[in-house]
Amino acid sequence: MAMQSNQTVFQGMEIPDEQQYLSCIKCGLCLSVCPTYRESFKEADSPRGRLMLLRKALAGELKLSHNLTDKMYRCLDCLACNAICPVGIKPADLALQARYLIHQSEPQPWIKPLIFKGVFPNANLMETAMLPMFLYQRLGVQSLVHKLGISNALPAQLRDSERMLPRLSRSAKSRVSETTPACGQRKYRVAFFLGCFQNLVFSDASAATVRVMAENGCEVVMPKNVKCCGMPHLGYGDVETARALAKHNIETLEKLDADVIVTDCATCGSTLKEYGHSFFSDDAEYNSRARAFSAKVKDVSEFLGSIQLREPEHPNKIRVTYHDPCHLRRGQNVWKQPRQLLQLSGAELIEMRESDWCCGSAGTQAITHYRDSMQILARKMQNVARTDATVIASGCPGCQMQLGLGVQRENLPMQVMHPIQLLDRAYRGDEK
Amino acid sequence: MLSESIIKELEQIVGSENVLTSVEDLVTYSYDGTLVEHCPDAIVLPNNTEQVSRVMQVCYREKLPVTPRGMGSGLAAASVPINGGVSVCLTRMNHVLNLDMENMMVLVEAGVVTADLQSQVEAAGLFYPPDPSSIKHSTIGGNVACNAGGPRCLKYGVTGDYVMGLTVVLADGRILQIGGKAIKNVTAYDLKSLFVGSEGTLGIVTQVLLRLVSKPKFTRTAMAVYPKIEDASVTVNNVLLAGILPATMELMDDTTIGTIEEYMHLGLPTQAAAILIIEADGSDESVVTQDIEKIGGICRQSGAAEVRVAQTEAERNELWRGRRSVSPSLARRRPNKLGEDISVPRAAIPEAIRRIKQVGEKYNLPISVFGHAGDGNLHPNILYDKRNADENARVEKASQEIFGIATELGGTLSGEHGVGLLKLPYLGLVESPIEIELMQSIKRTFDPQGILNAGKKFPVNLQ
Repeated sequence: MAMQSNQTVFQGMEIPDEQQYLSCIKCGLCLSVCPTYRESFKEADSPRGRLMLLRKALAGELKLSHNLTDKMYRCLDCLACNAICPVGIKPADLALQARYLIHQSEPQPWIKPLIFKGVFPNANLMETAMLPMFLYQRLGVQSLVHKLGISNALPAQLRDSERMLPRLSRSAKSRVSETTPACGQRKYRVAFFLGCFQNLVFSDASAATVRVMAENGCEVVMPKNVKCCGMPHLGYGDVETARALAKHNIETLEKLDADVIVTDCATCGSTLKEYGHSFFSDDAEYNSRARAFSAKVKDVSEFLGSIQLREPEHPNKIRVTYHDPCHLRRGQNVWKQPRQLLQLSGAELIEMRESDWCCGSAGTQAITHYRDSMQILARKMQNVARTDATVIASGCPGCQMQLGLGVQRENLPMQVMHPIQLLDRAYRGDEK
Repeated sequence: MLSESIIKELEQIVGSENVLTSVEDLVTYSYDGTLVEHCPDAIVLPNNTEQVSRVMQVCYREKLPVTPRGMGSGLAAASVPINGGVSVCLTRMNHVLNLDMENMMVLVEAGVVTADLQSQVEAAGLFYPPDPSSIKHSTIGGNVACNAGGPRCLKYGVTGDYVMGLTVVLADGRILQIGGKAIKNVTAYDLKSLFVGSEGTLGIVTQVLLRLVSKPKFTRTAMAVYPKIEDASVTVNNVLLAGILPATMELMDDTTIGTIEEYMHLGLPTQAAAILIIEADGSDESVVTQDIEKIGGICRQSGAAEVRVAQTEAERNELWRGRRSVSPSLARRRPNKLGEDISVPRAAIPEAIRRIKQVGEKYNLPISVFGHAGDGNLHPNILYDKRNADENARVEKASQEIFGIATELGGTLSGEHGVGLLKLPYLGLVESPIEIELMQSIKRTFDPQGILNAGKKFPVNLQ
């Protein structure tokens, strides 16, 4: 394999520091927790395998080929490998960095034919079925989504994509006012970061988030000009756009002079917290600003868990099981608080096995890697079904959509909700 | 390189999605848990014994090198395909086929992850004791091939002690069934034991019948701190002499303790020369409690400066945290480590550690020693940076001297990792020419063409 040296191939690009990956001792512990490996049992679908591929690519021994790109995009970014690595390597982060590398070099003539392949038999069906993707289009990453295996779409996939979407209600931006006063004495001033999916798909949850915070003495300011947190762009290797979005959000939110910045989306939360770490590490001045911003960011359950909460008047009399979103459990180390909220809401919490095993949603994974995603979902639903709960609670829109699909595929008598909705219901006594 | 027609043939046997030939896939099957790398020409992921058999028929006919593997967590390069050819990866054969409660045995496919097997049998109140530290990321097939051990082996024995029967595909594709549920059997050579620890050189194990024991209901843990390493060693003997057989007796030396403290800050006593972590288990709570208290007393009498007995599960986890922090902290101290696996007579442990320390000083390399004190299986880990050529050379010399120490003290090169490729050069230190010659003729009987994992376990030709 005669290849160019890495200096020539990656000249002028941002490449991962070798300290981040050279210390891999190849022990293989990450294989035990990787959802993609545990379905395919192929080494290239494991964190150790991806790390090796990246290492070889950076050493100039492998090209950034279609195959290699595909392996990097298979990663769900569920962070399970980051958490378990005994030497402290973060393979999931490196898979994202590899995507950035690929994005910078763009040696991907294979993408175009994929976009134009006539794979969708029915244009109308496609339109509804691909709504999740259109959401991504609105985020400005559609061309990047197209890069991936849309050519694999099957009729079953189209049906599932359609089922995945809950009935859309009005957007949160149009339902919730810019400022919601605290009920009673104002104890906190909260800036609420409204995520894109929360706004467009799960506005019920975000409306509930604002109500519950107000109910507990928070004045809630929800600026309507925030932009996407940047995670989808990071996911597709577009770091520049993610940085631009981060700057916009930092500048929009920091001037509100709030005590805390709250989001009810696990993924947005983990990204907003990341602004102050890796986003601007090469820009010391901006970095300190980002760090101050990130220090204020809290998931809604994390924030509510840190303040005195009012006892609800109408406790829920239901059995609920809780799915840990990857970006909350491992991304933010928040897992006790959502459970506490559920218990406060009166619900009986029944733990499922492997509650923190990825559901397979992983942003657009259900679209781009349909078969993998459904296999991972099947494992999750098996564990869900054993609980005989009537509600699956999870504070992440991606997880909620995926679990909702799982409920339909398995015909389970269950409903999927954000934990905050149960608490909201317990305050309002609303039986719907 | 394999010809297209052979690849087609393999695809017809296992399905095209189960034959991997892209350069990216080949790279990811070029390694195990060591630094050795070599790509195979193709990877085959069979789904059943029949497919393995047909794959072997093709390889036998074409005289293709074959390397069996599971999850690739080995520490001796035994599953690295150094001759290219076909890697037969059994990870898709991962089903527990039958749990026989009445005979307390379980039949599994070779690719079952050992921890998965354990949790499945434990759900039924049974227990599969072997606990290699790779338990979550190694397969039963790999454990059998290397006769894997682990801390609990002091009381419960190693993998091979649980193997009742095997299904093995031979080099020419014939399917051999050996052993069974009859517990006593002397009607033939013990071929089953020949395959245990054979590192894929004699055949490919596809199914394993394992005996199980009942699950101990209670476990208690103690930690003892020693100013002198000899006293830790004496403790081991004194505990066993007192008629107590603990499940584990884990030892960490001062270098290990110091490294853990430097990087993980657990509050371990850095003045100590050694720490023992001892665990007693059983089905009667009062007996287990009595045992651990007696053990604590013996530790003190034998010279321990401090003994802590965990009173709660949280305290127990706290005691084990030190032992579990060994790997992460060593990795943080230096980028690479060469983890050896020598096994010496129990009484020789202090002497072995003393001499290993001299080797570390001589070559100016940090060497951390920890391991299973109850059975004399020590893991001296040489810490280094492989990018430094000079250090590399010193590591090689140091490891050679460590093997010398093990043999001089009446021990052996490997207690549970296997020989693979890495210990091959030193085999002459412990195996006589007669033994090696006998092993070679056994190999020829099973694998006349030398296609199965050739060049591993023992030298192919006697010089």
